[in-house]
Amino acid sequence: MLKTMKADLHIHTCLSPCADLSMSPKAIAEQAKIKEIDILGICDHNSAENVPALIKAAQKYEISILPGLEITSQEEVHILALFDQLEPAFELQNLIYDNLPGENDEEAFGMQVVVNEEGEVLRFNKKLLIGASSLTVDEVVEAIHSFKGLAIAAHIDREGFSLVGQLGFIPPDLNLDALEYSSLTSPEEVKEKFHPVLPLTCSSDSHFIEDIGKGTTSFLILEPTTEEIKKAFLNQEGRKIIN
Amino acid sequence: MNLKDIIEKLNLQVLTAKDTLETEVSWGYTSDLLSDVIANSKEGNLWITLQTHQNIIAVAKLKDLAGIILVNNRMPEEETLKKAEQEKVPLMTTKDSAFNISGKLFQLIGNKG
Repeated sequence: MLKTMKADLHIHTCLSPCADLSMSPKAIAEQAKIKEIDILGICDHNSAENVPALIKAAQKYEISILPGLEITSQEEVHILALFDQLEPAFELQNLIYDNLPGENDEEAFGMQVVVNEEGEVLRFNKKLLIGASSLTVDEVVEAIHSFKGLAIAAHIDREGFSLVGQLGFIPPDLNLDALEYSSLTSPEEVKEKFHPVLPLTCSSDSHFIEDIGKGTTSFLILEPTTEEIKKAFLNQEGRKIIN
Repeated sequence: MNLKDIIEKLNLQVLTAKDTLETEVSWGYTSDLLSDVIANSKEGNLWITLQTHQNIIAVAKLKDLAGIILVNNRMPEEETLKKAEQEKVPLMTTKDSAFNISGKLFQLIGNKG
C-alpha cells in the first residue's frame, strides 16, 4: 500500500569539511526522528564514506538512509547522487576520487572525519573534498545514471555552486531527475524564477544539527527507494509528491 | 577596436565563426559565473572566462557579446564548439590566465573606457 514518507534528501555529516563536527551519525538520526523524517539522503561533498555508519545508526530509529554524494563538477556545479545500496555509491565515489585533485588542508577548510555509528573516529579523509572534480556536469550526470542513481541539481535557488548560478540557466538537454531548492524559497517562487520543466524537491542541505528537516519533501510511495522516488517525481502509478 | 585587430594583437587562437570577426568590441567583461554575465555584461563586450560548457554560447548570444576568450589554454567541449559555429559566436583560446589577458585587453582598448 502506498504511504506518505517524509524525506530530507540532502544531509552532510562530519565528513564534509564545512559541516559541523557535531554532525555524527547518531545525532543526525536522532534529530531526524524528532523531525518525523522517514528518509534521509546522506550527501557529503564528493564522498560517501560516512554512509555505512549512518545506515547502522539510523536502524533503531527506523529511518531509511539513501547513500549519496554531493558531487562538484568542473564548472563548480553541485549535483546530488542518490542510491539504494552502498556499492554503487562507492563505485561512483571511486570514479570521483580518480578525478578529484588536491589534498585537504584542515586549517583552511576543516576536518574530514570518517566515523563509526557511535561517532568514534576511524580516520581522516585526505582528499580535497571541498574541491571540484575534473568531470563536466554532463559527465557527472551520465556517471550517476550509469550506476543507476538519481541525479538532482542541488540548491538551484542559491547563487554559489548551483547549476543556475554557475551556468546561468538550466541546460535544457542535461538529463537530470529533479531540481532541489531550499526552504528559503517557496515552490511558487522557484517556478516563477526558473520555469522548471523538471520535478522539484525541497531539502535542507544541513551542515548543522538544528537545520535537519528545515527543508523536506513528502512522497506518496510504496517503499523508501530511489526507484519509488523517481516514480513520484514522474507522477507514475499513483506515486506523487505531496508537498 | 574590432575583434579581428584584437585577435591579432593579443595572439588569440580562433576556434569558431572565423568569418564573423569584423564586430566592434565595446569593452571587456571577465567572469566565470554565467548568471553574473547575464546580469552585468553589455552588448559588444568581449567575454573572458574559463567556463567551457555549451551554455556560454547561449549567454553570448543572449547578450550580443562580441566573442568569448577561453583562458589557460582550455579547450571547449564538442557540443560547445558545434553550438558556437551554429550560432556564429567567435570562440577563442589563449594560454594566458584571466588576469593576464584582461590586463592586455585593457591596455589595448582601455583609453576609451
